[in-house]
Amino acid sequence: MKFLTTNFVKCSIKTCDATTESFPLKYTNCELIQSSQDFNPDFILSMLDRLDWSALVKVAQDLGNSALPPVKPEGEMLNDVNLLQDLHTLLLETCITEGEMTCQHCGHIYYIKNSIPNFLLPPHLA
Amino acid sequence: MKEYLVFLAQQHPNFRLAEIHALAQLIDLEVDLSQHDPTTPFLIVKIADEEKAKKWLSRAILTKAIYELWGHGDTEELLHQDVKARKEMNEWSKYEQSSFKFDFQGYQGSRPNKSKVKIMERFAYLPFEGPIRMKDPDEVFTVVEHYVPVTEHDSAEAPSHLYFGRLVSLTGRSTGMLEKYDLKKRNYIGTTTFEAELSLVSCNLAHVSPGDFMYDPFVGTGSFLVAGAAYGALTVGSDIDGRLIRGKGNNTKMQNDSEGKSQKKKKQGGEVKDIQSNFKQYGNKELFLDVLTMDFTHNAFRDTLKFDCIVCDPPYGIREGLKVLGARNPERFEGKETVEIDGMKAFLKRDYIPTKKPYALDDMLYDLLQFSSERLPVGRRLAFWMPTANDEDVETLIPQHKNLELVYHLEQVFNNWSRRLLVYVNKGDGFNGEDNRTATCLPEFRKRYFTKGFEKVEDQ
Repeated sequence: MKFLTTNFVKCSIKTCDATTESFPLKYTNCELIQSSQDFNPDFILSMLDRLDWSALVKVAQDLGNSALPPVKPEGEMLNDVNLLQDLHTLLLETCITEGEMTCQHCGHIYYIKNSIPNFLLPPHLA
Repeated sequence: MKEYLVFLAQQHPNFRLAEIHALAQLIDLEVDLSQHDPTTPFLIVKIADEEKAKKWLSRAILTKAIYELWGHGDTEELLHQDVKARKEMNEWSKYEQSSFKFDFQGYQGSRPNKSKVKIMERFAYLPFEGPIRMKDPDEVFTVVEHYVPVTEHDSAEAPSHLYFGRLVSLTGRSTGMLEKYDLKKRNYIGTTTFEAELSLVSCNLAHVSPGDFMYDPFVGTGSFLVAGAAYGALTVGSDIDGRLIRGKGNNTKMQNDSEGKSQKKKKQGGEVKDIQSNFKQYGNKELFLDVLTMDFTHNAFRDTLKFDCIVCDPPYGIREGLKVLGARNPERFEGKETVEIDGMKAFLKRDYIPTKKPYALDDMLYDLLQFSSERLPVGRRLAFWMPTANDEDVETLIPQHKNLELVYHLEQVFNNWSRRLLVYVNKGDGFNGEDNRTATCLPEFRKRYFTKGFEKVEDQ
């Protein structure tokens, strides 16, 4: 699972929908790999619109990266190729191969196995 | 306005018309397609904007080429008369110095090379002084011939109609996309993998474009992700069936150590065959985001996440039954949530496998329409496939949602069942379209359209 995807997924239990605590999930016991991808600055720029920045900062911290700017880059900052390159490395080249994702509202644990996140639920939570 | 000849593939005539229509809309091209005739691959249209004429069909799958029409006629003589009559219109002088070549295309027939030379010689009145170049010429002038077979087994000696045109653009079909995405050559496929041709057409009808973010909620082996990425979209998929997503060769053997924590062993040899490996094969792995093991009806995508297009083929029970999370016999699972293994709730363990129950297709389709109305930006599209039984005395009922406009409803007919490609545009809250949720809930609907059709299919 790419780091970018952590910015898109929440707890899949319906009763957690109404809370803000179900996103982002808390990432623990994660194994990471770097997998190189071609750098496309336009792609990163268009992706910025879709990002929830505070969630991005939070998950990056879970995974040991506290170098992100506290607010979403805009204006002049977007001309900074180094920043876009760093984002590229984080969002697209960083993959979680194994790990746990925990909902901060209900405490349910989801697993990432063989790089694939699993959001299936037991019958009493479905 | 110049006339153009569209040379269509004689495949899926209703789909091909929808495809060229959708691609015209995608680039805001105004073109009258009312002369389209499903029985012939030739269509003459008028287009004002030359740049758009060039762009229009470059990604088409059910069309072969588009030509600026320099003339046509039932005989060679009539063809030359027409070509000469259109001299000013087609601005011959613009091409005096261009490098060029001649090409021949035949439908249901062709001519020997010797006679091609003769045909070309008769165009000597054209003022082309540039070099002839077989490779990468500036212009390709094409004689397109329509042969009408004498009988089923005998082809005609001479064409019954001839066209002469300047090539404006080839299409996805004539530049090798079908060969490239052929399932026979694809690294990872399964029994439910959707064929290349109509998966690409689905993406054309859904307006999948570079920079888009596309979602397939029933991703299976990823046929539509591959097709969406062929048109430049970043793709993400989910499926309740993790086995298809995982693929083969990825199953790193798990060994539990003393703490009950899993550890990975090195891959056990063999080539990895999974969805991502298909993107590597096609050289666009940057367009693969992820695939998630997830029940679409228990969706983990945050509510504020939008998708530009949704393209899918839900599993209807022909091969795979429609399942969602939950217990088929809830009483059997009563109290199971308290079961603990090694001091941990069983359902929270890494290797826990949740149970699934059958789900009605109409409920799933409604969920899909509702989700699309919430997640697609206004103006963007949902395309999905749905099977129906061929039963003449039953009226077809297509699911409708009040925010979604049904723009295409296309049928592909097999022996005793058919499937339909439905394409909707999200029009937003103010649209107030038809909503037939109540009608599709009727038990007869389910029975007639789904159960019956599948029994027939599964009987075969």
